[in-house]
Amino acid sequence: MIEYYVQSASSFAGDIDNLFLVITLIIGFWFFLVFGIFIYLMVRYRRKDGVKAKYITGEKHSETKWTHYPHYAVVAFDVVIIAINILVWVDIKQTLPPRDNLVRVIGQQWSWSFIHAGPDGELDTPDDVATVNDLHLKVGDTYHYELQSRDVLHNFAVPAFRLRQDAVPGRTISGWFKPTKTGTFDLQCAEMCGYGHGIMGAAVTVHSEESFNATMAQIQKGSYESHYQKRMGTKTDLPSKTSHIGKEDSFAALLASIF
Amino acid sequence: MSMRGPIATHRSATGIPTGRLAIWWLLASEVFIFGGLIACFVLFKLNGTPGFEDASLTSVTAGAINTFVLLTSSLSVVLAHAAIEKGDREKSFKYIWYTIGFGLVFLIIKTYEYTGKIIHGHTITDNLFWSFYYTMTGLHALHVIGGMVIMALISFDIRKGYNFQRVELIGIYWHFVDLVWIFLFPLFYIANF
Amino acid sequence: MSQEAATVQTDIHEEHHEELNFLHKYILPTDHKIIAMQYIFTGMIMAIIGGYFAYAFRMQLAFPGELVPFYGLVGPGEYNMLVTNHGTIMIFWVAMPVLIAGFGNYIIPLMIGCDDMVFPRLNRLSYQIFLVSALVLILSFFVKGGGFGGAWTSYPPLSSAAEYSLTDWGSSLWVLAVALEFVSFLLGGINFITTTMNARAPGMKMMDIPIAVWFIVLAVILFMASVGPLIAGAVMLFMDQRIGTTFFLPSGGGDPLLWQHLFWFFGHPEVYVVLLPTLGIVADIITVFARKKLFGYRTVLYTAFATGGLSFVVWAHHQFIAGIDPRMANVFVVTTVLISIPLAEMMFSYIATLYGGSIEFKTPMLWALSFLAAFLIGGVTGIYLGASALDVYFHDSYFVLAHFHYTFFPITIIGMFAAITYWFPKMFGRMMNETLGKIHFWGTFIPFNCIFLPLFFLGLAGQHRRIYNYNHFPDLATQELQDIRVFATASLVVMLFFQLIFIYNFFVSMFKGEKAPNNPWKANSLEWSIPSPPPHGNFKTLPTVYRGPYEFSAPGRDLDYWPQNEPPEKS
Repeated sequence: MIEYYVQSASSFAGDIDNLFLVITLIIGFWFFLVFGIFIYLMVRYRRKDGVKAKYITGEKHSETKWTHYPHYAVVAFDVVIIAINILVWVDIKQTLPPRDNLVRVIGQQWSWSFIHAGPDGELDTPDDVATVNDLHLKVGDTYHYELQSRDVLHNFAVPAFRLRQDAVPGRTISGWFKPTKTGTFDLQCAEMCGYGHGIMGAAVTVHSEESFNATMAQIQKGSYESHYQKRMGTKTDLPSKTSHIGKEDSFAALLASIF
Repeated sequence: MSMRGPIATHRSATGIPTGRLAIWWLLASEVFIFGGLIACFVLFKLNGTPGFEDASLTSVTAGAINTFVLLTSSLSVVLAHAAIEKGDREKSFKYIWYTIGFGLVFLIIKTYEYTGKIIHGHTITDNLFWSFYYTMTGLHALHVIGGMVIMALISFDIRKGYNFQRVELIGIYWHFVDLVWIFLFPLFYIANF
Repeated sequence: MSQEAATVQTDIHEEHHEELNFLHKYILPTDHKIIAMQYIFTGMIMAIIGGYFAYAFRMQLAFPGELVPFYGLVGPGEYNMLVTNHGTIMIFWVAMPVLIAGFGNYIIPLMIGCDDMVFPRLNRLSYQIFLVSALVLILSFFVKGGGFGGAWTSYPPLSSAAEYSLTDWGSSLWVLAVALEFVSFLLGGINFITTTMNARAPGMKMMDIPIAVWFIVLAVILFMASVGPLIAGAVMLFMDQRIGTTFFLPSGGGDPLLWQHLFWFFGHPEVYVVLLPTLGIVADIITVFARKKLFGYRTVLYTAFATGGLSFVVWAHHQFIAGIDPRMANVFVVTTVLISIPLAEMMFSYIATLYGGSIEFKTPMLWALSFLAAFLIGGVTGIYLGASALDVYFHDSYFVLAHFHYTFFPITIIGMFAAITYWFPKMFGRMMNETLGKIHFWGTFIPFNCIFLPLFFLGLAGQHRRIYNYNHFPDLATQELQDIRVFATASLVVMLFFQLIFIYNFFVSMFKGEKAPNNPWKANSLEWSIPSPPPHGNFKTLPTVYRGPYEFSAPGRDLDYWPQNEPPEKS
């Protein structure tokens, strides 16, 4: 269901989408059942002249079984949900599979810096490639990320990957993802970080191997055109035709021009 | 003769005097406030946060004297309660003021401690240990002062012949203030635990 | 038979018979009914402010960059201030004062059969501190830098340093206002619990207390037990802001996550603190208008205890991806999903109360039933968020926002209207207009769903929260999504217009409404056994209670209700 709205572009996006589906089926069943009974009771037992209400204490077993047994069934379904969730969670957050590639993500008020590991696969070496607001990834590589913040809490969020992780100042938080589709996707900051929280987007571009190598080379040479800038520049105008978009964007343009 | 006056002092469906219920309730909420601060302090310490070895810089002597002073003050407030139970207003008045006196001694010693530390540069912003030290002992001291003021007001009431039940209530509060100090003393004065 | 003698002829009329002057009656009252009105009116005024803020930021979302009529331009900082204070106001200055302090103050002494709260002057002080807290919050909007904009959760380091938040005194006044509100409610809570425990009329056993009273008292207990650590945290945050301590700043050895734990340790029980009073009021309303005994009084009570207890061990589901140890997250998944169980049983019991009933759809009943319907949606969508793996996608998205509005809106707004329409006759001695009441109901309930149901889909589309303009996110800047935003905003404007009907109905009925009898709804609890409005001192003679409050349609009786204080039939 989520895939209807957002592309599923990472290896674990499908797991998360499936979990959503399972939970939807379970609670959907319960919701419609209970809601149906609720509506039925309101209609069936609406006031009619001469008809007196029943006197039911809800303390006899013959009465309470109607709430007790469904409540045990709820427990059973809850266990199923917990179990599936733990399986997915352990995979996406508790374990770090062996990596093919490495990137450092640094959030600050109000932009993102990315240090790509370069061909040697290690960070803090001379072949690292640094960008602002532009993350470049190779499709099919399992990436580890090192997430940091320079000031306040931020959150590294890529909806297409079904990925979110808070960035906490004073720490480096590790995680992983594996992009499975090429394309350019939104990166968001998903933790309130102040005045510029609403402009703290970035572009995530997933490349094929050749495209990736070419782009990295371009950045090194200095002939690189920011995908983020391109994306922001060519977005379609929103239906609010008289919107003063330029006025709001001036702040973003100002910050972007600094980098 | 019909029942008049506030329900608080006259009726009790549970049998427990309402004032006592209220004080215990108040103390429960205070336990959570001080407990929260203490839990944070302990967590930072267990985490090995730098600065917490400064507990060795606080004066164990001053802390111990203060502990003794507060314990004695708890005794005097108990005696005040015992006296008013027997109806001896003057004696109770006297013991309440002994308690206030002990509170004053406590505050004087604390002032001496604070002054000494601040002069040596251990202000509230020095490191996290000192931030907690001043915050928690300061909050405690505010509760001591508050208790002293209320005790004084109650002493005048009882001398005029009313609200005797409040001696017990302020006594319970005072024991709590004492108890908080019993927790603070090892945390801030004894470095290794 | 000694039953006649058991009715204690105790005159509990107050000692001072002289009429109080205006100052002491309305500005400095100790009468719980007047204090209740003070809380309710203050809460309603704050609701207007909170609603106005929502209007302003939703207009910005629907028409980004345009001047909002009756507001002005909503830029990025302004937007953050609006969403922050909308949330803060609605929870602390609307939900709590109206439902807990307001209606709690009004109904508790009346429902348990006594003349006032046991500590009337403490009650007055609680309101005064509350009023100061509201004024401090409003002051924060006018200081240099403007009001605080770091979200109602106020996470440091953003909230602890003016260089990050850009709202120097705005942040500190916000913290101060919240801390004062906490103190006010702690003091108020003392009154609620001691009064309910000790001032019950003779014959009223614990299991004869109406659920509305039980649940308000339970809420106050939960509040007391959960707020302490956050008061500690607020003191620490204030000190970080103003004097340079580093409790929450990593540069000085502090930890930003500590605040989160302190906040949510309170924050999660807090949602049950606001939920329980509404649930209790709804129980009382549906029993009256279905003419049926509450299904399983004890079950309802025990599930409430279980929910309250469990609410203390679920807090970190707000922090699944905050940087806590991922292994810890599993513990909180288990507790969070499990808390749905007692709550589900309670909902089943409420719905079962309708079975075999004789349901009359008067306005209070419409509100009570709609609460159950909307809260059902809110509750089940919470399950998604309790699953940590899904929370990875939904954290800080509009899915969360839609979930909590499907819980908070029923709790606060529907609960408020249910309580007001139900007790208005008692409070003011006049009936509200039933037709206007129904129009207002539909004009609120339908638009409410139109605002928040679409927001689930925005959340599914990955839309994140607290963003003043989605133009900066190309995947979210599509026509389809913008249409949803406009639709939601339009629904809000429609809903706001319908509130005018309520305001008209409320004030006109107060003066011109049909005079209300003692017991217009034919209910059983003690407040309906005295005149509307109640006289000073409430009960001329202390009532004696013979049964629980839900004896409706009892077999062998002509009348389908049985007031609690009516002596049993002589054989």
